[in-house]
Formats: sequence, C-alpha cells, structure tokens
Amino acid sequence: MELAAYYQQMCTIRRFEEEVMALVQSREIAGSVHLCIGQEAIPVGACAALEAGDAVIGTYRGHGWAIARGVPLAELFAEMLGRASALNAGRGGSPYLMAPRYGFLGENSIVGAGLPMAAGAALARKLQGGRAVAVVSIGDGAMNQGAVHETLNMAAVLGLPLLLVVENNGYAEMTPATALTAVPAHERAAAYGLRGELVDGNDPAAVAQAVRALRADVLATGRPALLEAMTHRLVGHYSGDAQAYRPPGELAAARQADPITRLAALISETEADGTVAAADEAARADVLAALDLARSVPFPDPADATNGIYAEERR
Amino acid sequence: MTATELSYIRAVNEALKWSLETFPEAIVLGEDVALPNGPFGATKGLHAQFGDRVIDTPISESAMIGTALGAAVSGLRPVVEIMYADFLLVAMDQIVNQVANTRYVSGGELVPRLTIRTQQGATPGSCAQHSQSLEALFAHVPGLRVGLASDAASAYAMLRAAIASDDPVMLFESRRLYPVKGQVELDAPVEDVGGARAVRTGDDITVVSWGSAVPDVLAARDSLAADSVSAAVIDLRWLSPLDLRPVLESVEHTGRLAVVHEANRTGGFGAEVVARVTETIGRELAVPPVRIAAADGRVPASPVLSQALLPGSGRIRSELAALAARPARNTRALSA
Repeated sequence: MELAAYYQQMCTIRRFEEEVMALVQSREIAGSVHLCIGQEAIPVGACAALEAGDAVIGTYRGHGWAIARGVPLAELFAEMLGRASALNAGRGGSPYLMAPRYGFLGENSIVGAGLPMAAGAALARKLQGGRAVAVVSIGDGAMNQGAVHETLNMAAVLGLPLLLVVENNGYAEMTPATALTAVPAHERAAAYGLRGELVDGNDPAAVAQAVRALRADVLATGRPALLEAMTHRLVGHYSGDAQAYRPPGELAAARQADPITRLAALISETEADGTVAAADEAARADVLAALDLARSVPFPDPADATNGIYAEERR
Repeated sequence: MTATELSYIRAVNEALKWSLETFPEAIVLGEDVALPNGPFGATKGLHAQFGDRVIDTPISESAMIGTALGAAVSGLRPVVEIMYADFLLVAMDQIVNQVANTRYVSGGELVPRLTIRTQQGATPGSCAQHSQSLEALFAHVPGLRVGLASDAASAYAMLRAAIASDDPVMLFESRRLYPVKGQVELDAPVEDVGGARAVRTGDDITVVSWGSAVPDVLAARDSLAADSVSAAVIDLRWLSPLDLRPVLESVEHTGRLAVVHEANRTGGFGAEVVARVTETIGRELAVPPVRIAAADGRVPASPVLSQALLPGSGRIRSELAALAARPARNTRALSA
C-alpha cells in the first residue's frame, strides 16, 4: 500500500474518533468510549497485510480496526448512536460491536477475552484446510490476563494459525505498563513457543511489513506469532479520563511522535503539494457525511430488546 | 426401532459418535478426551475413529470454551468436555460474557453453535471442589440452554439435541449415574432442545425433579405407593427452555407440589419452579409447595458429613409423605 493510502485511512480513523468524542460530550452517544487516537497506524498497517478470509478480533478500543477492515463509517456511527444500525442494531455499541461480514468478528469489552475466541477462529481455519489466519489485537495490560496465558500455550501446542498483535500504548488503563509487567510481551512469546517480534507501532508501513511476514510464517510453520507494536495513547483510557496520572511533559513528548503528523511530513517530502491537505479534507468530508447518514437511521424498536437471544425454534 | 441396553456414560459416548458421523464440522475437545479416551470414558474410541477432530487440550478451561466459541462462529460444531462442573467456574467469563452474548449482539450473524458437556454432583469422598450442583447459576443466564439427563435414554437424546441445536447448550451429566443402565433407542429421531417428561402419573402429589435426584425420587415414589400415596413424577430435563406444561397439568390435578434437586436450596432452580407454578396457578395449590434440596452448605469430603446434607431417597420419602398428609387449607380444597 502507498504511504498516501495509509495516510488517508489513518486520517479517517482520527477524524472519526474526534467526532465520536464530540458526540460523547454532547451526549448524543450515551456513556463513555475508548478511542484509539495515536494508535491508528497499527490497525491500518496490520489490515493492509491481511486477506478477506482472515478473522480479526479487536478490543473495546477497536474502532480503528473496524474501519481498517472496511466497515462503513455510517454503520459504525449508527451503532454507537444506539440506533438500529446494519451492524448490531444498537446491541453492541462502541465497545462491543461485531461486523463479521467485513472479516471483523468483533470488539471485546472484557480485557484479553478476545484471544480464546481468536484461537477458535484459527482452529476452524486450520481444520477447514484454508490458507487463512486469525488476528487478534489486545493491549499491553491484557497480557496479564489468565485467559491470555492459557490461550497462547494452547495455540502453540495445537499449532493454530494465530497472530497476536499487542498494542503497547504505555498504559494498562490508567497505570503505566512498566509498573505492571515484568517482562515485555514480545520477550514472553518465546516462553510459549511463539515467534515474537517488536515493531514501531507508529509506522504503518513497518507494521504492515511485520504482519505480512508473520502471517506467512504462521501459515508456513503452523506456529502462532506475537507482534508487540509500540505506540502512545494520545487520549485518556476512556472519554472521561482527565489523565491526571500522566507525568508532566509526557503527553507533549508523545505528540511529537504522533503517527499522523509523522506520516504527513514524510509524504510532503515525496508527494505533490496538497496531497496531505486533500487527504485531510477527504477524511473530514467522509466522516461528516457518514454521521449525517447515521443520524437518519431510526432507533431500534424497544419491543425487540429481548429478541434473538436464541435460535428460532424448529418446532 | 430397537432399544439397546447401555449405561449412561455409554449413551453419551454413542451420542458423541453419532454427532461426529452426522456432522462433518463437529469436533470434540477437552482434557484427556482424545488419546486417554476421556477421564470417564465418554469419548472412548472417538480419537481412534475420527482422528484430529477429537482434540486433547491443556488444562485451560477459559481457552477451551473461548476456542470452541471462535470455532463455532467460524463454521465448526464443537463439543467441549469440562471434566467437573466445578471447573466451569474457571471459565465463567467465556461462558457468560462471551458465549451467551454472541448471538444476541451480532443479531444472529454469529452462531454460537457449541455444546458444553460436564458432569456434577457429590459421590462418596468427592471434595468440596468436585461435588457442587451448579445448574442454577447457568439457567439464570439468558443466551444459554441448560439440560440435565437423569438416565441413559435422556443422556443420549439430550446430547444429540444439544449438538444439533444452533444455540450454546450446557449439559450437566451425573457422575453418580454414569454406570446405571437403561434402554436407549439409538436410531430415534433427533429431538429438539427442550421438553419435560411425565415419567410417572399420580393423583395425590406432583413431584418435579431433574438430573441425579430423579432416581431417588422414583425410589421414594415406589416406597410411598405401598402407603397408598400416589405421586406423579415429572423429570424436567431442561431448565432452559423450561417446559412447565406437564407440571401445571399435574398440579391442577393434585394441588400439591414438591421440587427435588441435589443442588442446595437457596437460589436453586426449585425456587424458580415454585415461583412459576405459584404465579400461574397458585390458587390450585391446596397446601404450600415444598422444596427438597441439599442443605445450604459446602459439600464435605467425608461421606458421613455429605450424606447429612444431600437429599437421599429416605429424606425425600418422608418429606413427600408429609406433603401428602398435610391438611388442605384453601378454598379449592374446601370446595373439592
């Protein structure tokens, strides 16, 4: 993928997230949300290296993964606005939306809990004889969940085509990752018999290259892999997080490494003048148009609140 | 159709074999289920016959159930064995937060077509962490189906129904009943999930039970018959979906209801049965309903202690006799 294409997607995610934040502040979106501002290069780079048949599972900070997987912005907005969206008709919301028809099995709002499900998606792909993998994104904090340990070992012994992307944004919710994790994720990989790699998570091309290589390796060897992508969360853990726990100057330093600013500078060196500005404008226009469309989606019928919990009775 | 005599555990084995033969997408996974042939023999011979579709997993219940879910929504039809129901608690997040939500939130686009088999209950010497009867915890959770077979025929029929179903089904088998033999129709049509059974008719009292308590109830009923007490016995079989129709029909006839389960009393599913009957046809009750259950307590290892808690057939008999003998107090009884 061209740098300009990465940039376009990353800008779209950034603009989308900024609009979501505004909608939370205006209370048009109920509750709080978890934004991926600062981490856009990871889903964009990773999804550029995936195929349609691959399964992707994200976390509650997963809007970027959904967008990178091709889920229409208007459907995402409508879902977050609590409307009868084409995705989950308001049942998933911001932190637990599912879009399997786009190869995005869904977000997960329990830390680390998407990994076992991803292992199952990988098992199915293996038994079905396909050449596809399951990719799951979790945060650095999730590396300390029991289900994650269980699954990494099991995926290794069963030889599952599974690629774990650990987005290390420096904070496990509101506590520094370094205070909670004795050994970094990519070093832990070896302990499970996985291939572990480290990548600059603010560089979409580097992420794409790493994911492409690991995906091929997973399929060739039957050995799962772990990619730790280093990044910064440029916003709070959740939309109402004042981030008083951040040491002075830390956020300003992180902004210096903002993947979007960085990529814009790189593009300006090589592409025609106006490329970046045009991408920014296109992202803005796409997001606003999608929001308009989402606002025209009706709210779900309250009478449907308990429908579809079970399969239709065959009787 | 011809019936075959099989033990409960062999009936489970036959149902698993049937599912692997019937559904190419079916897989069986669990601890020691493949090469060791299953800790209780439920999966005996399956790995030899079906190879890689029968999978030994690490001792990792969360990973097992989450993997089954991910495989299910990707087109497989997994059957997971959890060795003891007590171990389900290790995987509670995957069962309640993940499995139970998947169909609803995805609007049916993801189909959590999986079966979780386990076994439960106290046997002499089983300790507090291998003895609990936990069905009520899961029957409380919308999105799950929950069943308990009380004999070989139901074990076979209910497991086939579970595996054929598009819903996530949890089956709580009875370790105590595994050796008990019964007549099983191996070529019977596949049932749907759901459906209670009136296993004995009776005129004086209605006894509702399920799982391991049913044989004790039947023994108590036979003993009571000698004293001219006629007890109807309904094996509920499925707690979800709940089929109360035969219960209501019988209570309308007898006016007296007892619910018997091995699980402890408080918050047990017997409370739900009593509440539903009371809500629906409370005026038909000649006397207050009774619950016969294990005492609220941890299950001790010593058989001397555990027998003191559990509702054996002797205690069931005496409580049912008292229910039958209790003077009617309401208008229905007075006008009858």
